Amino acid sequence: MPYFSEIYTGTRSLFVGLGITLKEFFKKSVTLQYPHEHLEMPPRFRGHIELIKDTESGMAKCVCCGMCQKTCPSKCISLTGEKREGVKGKVLTSYILDFTTCSLCGMCVESCKFGAITFSKDYNLASTRRSDYVFDLLKRLEGKK
Amino acid sequence: MLTTELIRLLAFLVGIIAFAAGNAAYLVYAERKGAAFFQRRTGPKEVGPQGLLQPLADGIKLMTKQLLVPEGVDPILFKIAPIMLMVPAVMSFVAIPFSEQLTARHIDLGLLMIFAFASVNVLGLLIGGWGSANKYAIIASARVVSQNVAYEIPMLLTAITLVMATNTMNLNEIVAQQGGGFWNWNLIRLTWAASPLTPVAFLIFFTCMLCETNRAPFDMAEAESELVAGTFTEYPGMGFGVFFMGEYANIVIGASLVTVLFLGGWQSPLPFLPNSVVWFLMKMYAIIFTVIWIRWTYPRIQFYKLLNLSWKILIPISLFNLILTAGWLKVF
Repeated sequence: MPYFSEIYTGTRSLFVGLGITLKEFFKKSVTLQYPHEHLEMPPRFRGHIELIKDTESGMAKCVCCGMCQKTCPSKCISLTGEKREGVKGKVLTSYILDFTTCSLCGMCVESCKFGAITFSKDYNLASTRRSDYVFDLLKRLEGKK
Repeated sequence: MLTTELIRLLAFLVGIIAFAAGNAAYLVYAERKGAAFFQRRTGPKEVGPQGLLQPLADGIKLMTKQLLVPEGVDPILFKIAPIMLMVPAVMSFVAIPFSEQLTARHIDLGLLMIFAFASVNVLGLLIGGWGSANKYAIIASARVVSQNVAYEIPMLLTAITLVMATNTMNLNEIVAQQGGGFWNWNLIRLTWAASPLTPVAFLIFFTCMLCETNRAPFDMAEAESELVAGTFTEYPGMGFGVFFMGEYANIVIGASLVTVLFLGGWQSPLPFLPNSVVWFLMKMYAIIFTVIWIRWTYPRIQFYKLLNLSWKILIPISLFNLILTAGWLKVF
């Protein structure tokens, strides 16, 4: 009789469903408590760029060739450098990234022959002021240790 | 004599209102925590330890909202609808036997009284939907009424079968008959006094209870994904809050009724353990947990399937059970 078998299979399936949800009930939560916990960004994550420190001298690896500045299609990088006594090559004095116009294309990272810039893992960017997005990357590097 | 009786009643009144309101507040919390655990989330946890003060925060938020009465609504019906949902729910507690002594009134027709008040709650939802003058609210209330009418029948039929077997409508006596161990509970009573279909009757009663309290998968009154918030669409602040509290108070009533009728109320499951209100609360909260569990397991069913379930399955089976019980009692 299809009527009774339908009632039986229907009722049975309801209990099977309850069993599945009960199993989930006792499993561990998968929520990341966001403001208290943070995700580790994967290695290929593309945040805004940042400078890399030279481990020997403790200064920026950048030699101020200006390639990144030239390749940037949005013209958002501006850097200055100077000659100093006893130091080979130029020393970086400022490296300003205007992140408001950056499109994260990564041309600067690709064009750098000295491996001096990379993508940062910063993703918590929020502000109501435009000026907060003009990053002084050299200061950032010095503050970072 | 009269004054002690009066004081007793007053104490019960205060206790019942506090119980209903406290349960309403903390069942929302339990619901949210339960939903979270079933979906492997954490649920509210920011307000107080483990989010235990969340109901308080919600209450303050609801109470500080403006009690807006939208243009075009029926001003009287709009305002009395939440009260009509809350008051019968609180009234029904009067007849619920929490323990042998802890009963506000030993009413001989307690079961009948609870059913009478339970049907007023439908009227509250209907009035709320109608008074809101909102198309979604009206659709929802029309659904609620046909749903509740359809499910009142099997619910009452199973209640009648039970009353035939127990021979009383006094809830205290119904519980008293189920004493002496869990094998004497009406759910699995294996004596000649009740028909062998009582577990089925329990399932039917439980399903109808879900439907009468407008719980998922039968939550047509508040089908969030289809009808905004159903009957409550136009209600702001505490108007909505009272509706919500009424809903949860109804769930407590429904769970208490299931406990009393089928699970032996305050009777302990094993004969050597003392009977107390703790057993009643444990059984009641187990039923409420099942109600929450069911809500987060099943999707909302289509409306015609809901009615099919009632008219084609629940009513015939409960009618058959009624006849079987009648014959059973006559023969044995």
